[in-house]
Amino acid sequence: MSLDGLATQLLALSTGALLLTAALLVWRRSLAAAARLLAVQGVALAALVVSIAAAERDAELLGVAAVVLALKGVVIPLVLGRGVRATGVDRENALRVNPTSGLVGVTLLATLAYLVSRPITQATAGIGGTAAGPAAFAVPVGLTMVLVGLLLVVTRRRALSQLVGFLVLDNGIATVAFLTAAGVPFVVELGVSLDVLLVALILAVLSGRLHAALGAVSVDELNELRD
Amino acid sequence: MDAIVLVPLLAPALLGAAAVVVPDRRVAAWSGVVDSVVVLAVGLVLLARRGPVPDLADGLLRADQLSAFMLTVIGAVGLTATWGGVDRAAGRATRAERRYAALVCVFLAAMSLAVLTDNLGVLWVAIEATTVATAFLVGHRGTRRSLEAAWKYVVLGSVGVAIALLGVVLLYAAGRSAGEATLSWTVLTSGRLPLDPGLVRVAVALAVLGFATKAGLAPMHSWLPDAHGQAPAPVSGLMSGVLLAVALYAILRVRAIADVVLGPGLMRGLLMTAGLGSLAVAAALILRQRDYKRLLAYSSIEHMGLLAVGAAIGGPLAMAAVLLHVLGHGLAKATAFVVAGRILAAEGTSRIQDVRGLLARRPALAVPFVVAVAALLGFPPFALFFTEVAIVVAGWQAGLGWAMAVVLVLLLAVFAGLVRATAAMVLGPAGERTGADASGPSRRGAGGPVTPLVLALCATAVVGFSALPVGAAIARAAGVVG
Repeated sequence: MSLDGLATQLLALSTGALLLTAALLVWRRSLAAAARLLAVQGVALAALVVSIAAAERDAELLGVAAVVLALKGVVIPLVLGRGVRATGVDRENALRVNPTSGLVGVTLLATLAYLVSRPITQATAGIGGTAAGPAAFAVPVGLTMVLVGLLLVVTRRRALSQLVGFLVLDNGIATVAFLTAAGVPFVVELGVSLDVLLVALILAVLSGRLHAALGAVSVDELNELRD
Repeated sequence: MDAIVLVPLLAPALLGAAAVVVPDRRVAAWSGVVDSVVVLAVGLVLLARRGPVPDLADGLLRADQLSAFMLTVIGAVGLTATWGGVDRAAGRATRAERRYAALVCVFLAAMSLAVLTDNLGVLWVAIEATTVATAFLVGHRGTRRSLEAAWKYVVLGSVGVAIALLGVVLLYAAGRSAGEATLSWTVLTSGRLPLDPGLVRVAVALAVLGFATKAGLAPMHSWLPDAHGQAPAPVSGLMSGVLLAVALYAILRVRAIADVVLGPGLMRGLLMTAGLGSLAVAAALILRQRDYKRLLAYSSIEHMGLLAVGAAIGGPLAMAAVLLHVLGHGLAKATAFVVAGRILAAEGTSRIQDVRGLLARRPALAVPFVVAVAALLGFPPFALFFTEVAIVVAGWQAGLGWAMAVVLVLLLAVFAGLVRATAAMVLGPAGERTGADASGPSRRGAGGPVTPLVLALCATAVVGFSALPVGAAIARAAGVVG
């Protein structure tokens, strides 16, 4: 099989894995499981970058793939896992949305993503490298992840679950970036990765301090400041 | 000579490192002040400079007249806030104090980078870095409330600004499919790329939505009163005075791209909605506010709303007024927050109803507070009077009379709310509170340098009259984003 054929197959496989992990993150309640799923999602994102690197014949993107793999596949899930162990809270007990309606919500969000990504797909399809066609048509996957990330931030009550939502949102934006433009320039990619890592660290530390001050932290209890 | 744009980034790195390494408390206390002076000096040099725009590393760093003006604002407001917050005590700095000083330097560096880059990606990275730097500054006191404020700030700030990253990414995709993969603002606004209007429409809307979160515009403003109310006073002053303005600067840059590709319609609608919404939210909550630090935070939302309205109107008059307003508001708001921090330290409460008769008991705190609030309310001779009039006149000329009528009504409500709260705090007899803490700076932090406050308020009062050179510089800076 040609390199382009392999690249297209890897692209389909990795975007499928990204979508699946996003849906599973809505379904699972356990934060430890969420950390593992995020690691899988990070690996899938790195695989996506490799497939685009192959299609574009771009060696620099392989370096980006290594950064993505190290950061999103290993380091950030570890930070999240440490935060979970430090607070000793794993299960999301009182969900605002039960898992079944959550999954229905994901399908609705995916449909919405297909509708809103039409101008993006139309503008980017068929331009640039050989994989621009299939890649552009996978853009809704990235937008679905963005919307699922927002859903997680809004519907989860545990403080760390909001961090999970933010990370899914960020993975979704990275997916859109790689699918539409083969990633942002390397300097920007590094800066964005550093920012995301620092935000993850800060939220993990803050949730630890909140836990020490309040006990098991539910975001609903953060209501001292209001008008 | 172009290398001068590196100075506002290298100076805070050195000063921050010094604050961490040197255990002397004076180094920690003055590092932010020295850094602000450096930023202010570089900003003024760049403003005075003529000739080609300084450009380093292929546009990663580029300082046009708007960048120079914003750098000057960062320096001036930073100087007011950090100098006003200097603690004169000598001795060994604690770990928390050193971390605080280093983070303030990182914060100033991130804002300087945001205004000094031509690359929209780097602009985004810098604005997200301000969230990272200020997270622990907001939670500095470690109380339950400050941790809650820090949590909400980081979650809402990062999620909101992430939306802007999606917009930036789509702009990059638009450039790439138009033949040149670039995030350079100069190229994107040059009009020589055939950018796809449908894609740019989605991209700029997302970018403005995201940066509006950081600028505290409604409906994404809810983190702002919490964070600005809980942060230490100098940090509140910096966040209210310049961080919001830097986020607005990002919106102005995005707006310029939208104007070139799509025409002014979309941005005008978005910014006018956000601006009027912010004014309405601020007016409603200022009228029933019980906490004076939060009162000042809502006043910031009001001013950002007004600035968004000004940016929606566009044109030379409105844009010049917006930039002058940024400077005047930054100086007055930083002063107000610094004084509010001293009132909090002296009185031990931030509730308006528990502070009475301040003018009689503590005139040294009450007078600068009243003057700063008067500047924020737009009394002449302060610059905000002229800029508010200019924005309303520009809106009227642009055929937005109905919106200007709404703006005036909402400004009147804000005026009433601020005057009522301030009058309640400063007027009244001295004798209501008795005992040792009834007069004189009784707790640590209640005193502090008065010079920066006087300088900032005088600058706010004078800057509106000095048509040359200030007016010319602002007109050139406004010309950059038209």
